[in-house]
Amino acid sequence: MSDISMPIPNVHIMNERSQIIDRLLSELGEEIVIHDEAETIAYECDGLAAYRCPPLAVVLPRSTEEVSRTLKLCSELGLPVIPRGSGTSLSGGALPTADSIVIGVSRLNEVLDIDYDSRTITVQSGITNLGVSGEVSGNDFFYAPDPSSQLACAIAGNIGMNSGGAHCLKYGVTTNNLLGVKMVLMNGDIIEIGGGHLDPAGYDLLGVICGSEGQFGMVTEATLKILRKPEGARPILLGFDSSEVAGACVSDIIRAGVLPVAMEFMDGPAIIACERFAKAGYPTDVDALLIVEVEGSPGEIDEQLTKIKEICQRHDPAVMRESESAAQSDAIWKGRKAAFGAMGQIADYMCMDGTIPTSQLPFVLGRMQEMAKHYGLEVANVFHAGDGNLHPLILYNANIPSDLEKCEAFGADILKLCVEVGGCLTGEHGVGIEKRDLMVYQFNEIDMEMQLRVKDVFDPQWLLNPAKVFPIDITHARRNNNHQYKAA
Amino acid sequence: MSNIQYPNSEEEIAEIVGKANADATTIEIVGGGTRLGLGNPVNADMQLSTSKLSGITLYEPGALTIVAKAGTPLVEIEKALAKEGQHLPFEPADYRPLMGSKGEPTIGGVVACGISGPKRFQGGACRDCLIGVRFINGTGDIVKNGGRVMKNVTGYDLVKLLAGSFGTLGILSEVSFKVLPLAEKTTTIVVEGPAHSEAIAALSKAATSPFDPTGLAYLPADDKAARVLIRLEGFSNQLEYRAERVSELLQSFGTISRLDDKQHLDIWQQVRECSKFAGRAGSVWRVSVKPGDADGFLNRILNEAELEYFLDWAGGLIWVFACDETLGANGGSAGVTTILRNGLSGIGGHVTLVRASDKDDVANSFQPEAPGVAALSAAIKQQFDPANILNPGRMNASQVKAG
Repeated sequence: MSDISMPIPNVHIMNERSQIIDRLLSELGEEIVIHDEAETIAYECDGLAAYRCPPLAVVLPRSTEEVSRTLKLCSELGLPVIPRGSGTSLSGGALPTADSIVIGVSRLNEVLDIDYDSRTITVQSGITNLGVSGEVSGNDFFYAPDPSSQLACAIAGNIGMNSGGAHCLKYGVTTNNLLGVKMVLMNGDIIEIGGGHLDPAGYDLLGVICGSEGQFGMVTEATLKILRKPEGARPILLGFDSSEVAGACVSDIIRAGVLPVAMEFMDGPAIIACERFAKAGYPTDVDALLIVEVEGSPGEIDEQLTKIKEICQRHDPAVMRESESAAQSDAIWKGRKAAFGAMGQIADYMCMDGTIPTSQLPFVLGRMQEMAKHYGLEVANVFHAGDGNLHPLILYNANIPSDLEKCEAFGADILKLCVEVGGCLTGEHGVGIEKRDLMVYQFNEIDMEMQLRVKDVFDPQWLLNPAKVFPIDITHARRNNNHQYKAA
Repeated sequence: MSNIQYPNSEEEIAEIVGKANADATTIEIVGGGTRLGLGNPVNADMQLSTSKLSGITLYEPGALTIVAKAGTPLVEIEKALAKEGQHLPFEPADYRPLMGSKGEPTIGGVVACGISGPKRFQGGACRDCLIGVRFINGTGDIVKNGGRVMKNVTGYDLVKLLAGSFGTLGILSEVSFKVLPLAEKTTTIVVEGPAHSEAIAALSKAATSPFDPTGLAYLPADDKAARVLIRLEGFSNQLEYRAERVSELLQSFGTISRLDDKQHLDIWQQVRECSKFAGRAGSVWRVSVKPGDADGFLNRILNEAELEYFLDWAGGLIWVFACDETLGANGGSAGVTTILRNGLSGIGGHVTLVRASDKDDVANSFQPEAPGVAALSAAIKQQFDPANILNPGRMNASQVKAG
């Protein structure tokens, strides 16, 4: 295994495993408790699959009240809890420890209310991201945040991680589209925050709950903003001989007052891999490819694309291909959407997620290739260019024991570079365990202390997803002072 | 109050607050002083002005980001952005006419009070555009959260917590925003005639169309006929298309007309600044409801008392006015506040007293939260400002420091 360590499981909990399971079964019922090791192993990891550890047990409640009873019992016993959506986190947000209880929301997937007049939908939090859009699509509405995992990822996880997607430049991320939650605190208390109305009466607790990575409570219901679909959308494919020029073109498009709904960037290695895999018709002799999509009426789309082409011409593009049909639009997106799969076919990879000020794009991409040489690993870049959210994919071979360590060191160097140029460690995947130990590069002790004090408020026992987000030496005292197992 | 300090830097603020924390000296925070009337009155030992922390520290139009010190005049930021064809998409409002205040609104004051204008329902609130803060907490620590990039989920989002916390969690020293391009052209369509139920249906129809209106307001009849206002934005050559579609969509609701450019700018300034109730004796409230609940709420409250109102945010924001006579007949500002809050029972939302006719007649400007939520808020205040020295009582009248 590698550098990222988890706390040693509580020896008392491990010794009393069977008594604990008996308590769970007798108080919660066997319909919702999973304890057979052949079954708990399905919950041993999330999307950060290099790290695995089956939990002590898994509980899959069927209602907010069952979530409340489960948390209350765990709180009384002093058992660590790992909240889980669909387990698609790329940062290890749902990684269990051996002494923990995973509580999953997969059975909470009802739609509770759709209010087109107020443009809101209220759902249980286990419903998938795409499921929300699916509910309202027939009436030409959609839910805007669209993480790549949207087919599988749960709204609960989107709220936990404040997920983004390709369309956030125009529509914002989860926090900008979340209006209210029903949440269960660690002690079992059920609270409601926000609703269909805008803005809170007091402090913006909803704002700080969103993105708290399952450390404040378990969200069981959410009210989300839904939007009317635009009349149409059309992409254009732009190819350039250097990443630097492509980066300058992105900046000029934004400055010209055009706000594309998406601006996706692929560098040379990513273009070649995607083309080989998806045969989308991408030019493979360019160093950078932009997919720019605009929305609106047919006239509005034409006008925006004309402006974009004018700006692009000034940067001497190698390729400029506007979609002329739905089939061509699909082809342009096909390669991009296949990017992660394409990379997976070539090698194992780790997907990073830093954000940089867009002005730093050429410098950072250049530095990244130098680092790649230094580590002897390849890196390909597929990312959201308009908002500077990078997704470097570092390729490695999991069968070579030292490769994962090298890959993680390379990844850490990239994220440190993001912070150095004025950006941040994570734009949309969350800190989880993956970037936990890098937090010291972005925040000083006081910055982190203020965050920890907010967790003290929501979870004074420090039982919810306790060893994530912050370096474990910094949270050690809090986790061990409060985290006292009581015999089952 | 004569005891006012003007620190020149973040470090000086930290020093003053650290000392005040040790001495239990309470502090009222002042930006431009134009919004001090918002919230419950604060009676503090001293005032601290952020006006000397001024200036734009970074502006990258190509990255849609601006960073400024908290005491920077709002107008300076708006001018710098306008020069590049950009703006703050939450449309911050100037409340001087409404509050009858003087001074120069600052960007820190806008953030502390979480002020968002008519575009809020479409472009997001102040808290949505705010991407980073630096602040001094109640023990004198300098804290940063967020940053200068628009996609950032690193650690907890204290940025949201600080926005709209009215200086009770910390003194803002620097703020960063995501900005957006200004539209090439904007216009307003007017639907004249409908009463409020019909008007709310018209607003909903526009809001659920694909034409993306950026302003949806309703002014009930006064000396002019009732008007539904629909603001549209877009490219110069394309805006006419949207305007025609929306006009067709709403023609059954009343007489359709268009405002000329000056009328258009004036009317949205009036909506933004609540000019209708400025300069008149009486109290003013903001009511936030689900747009689908606006009609039911209005029916309830208009039966209870002689109130005036208008709608913004597609019906989601209801500005309410009670003249002194109505206040007298209904137990003052506190009495009317209760009527409005009762009007929300069973539907959700909240009522904020913005301006009280009689400054001594303020019970709780902000609607009390449900007990479980209130306990969390109180505990957060305790963590950020344990001695309760920053704007004590501003948001929660029961937190006024004794003695």
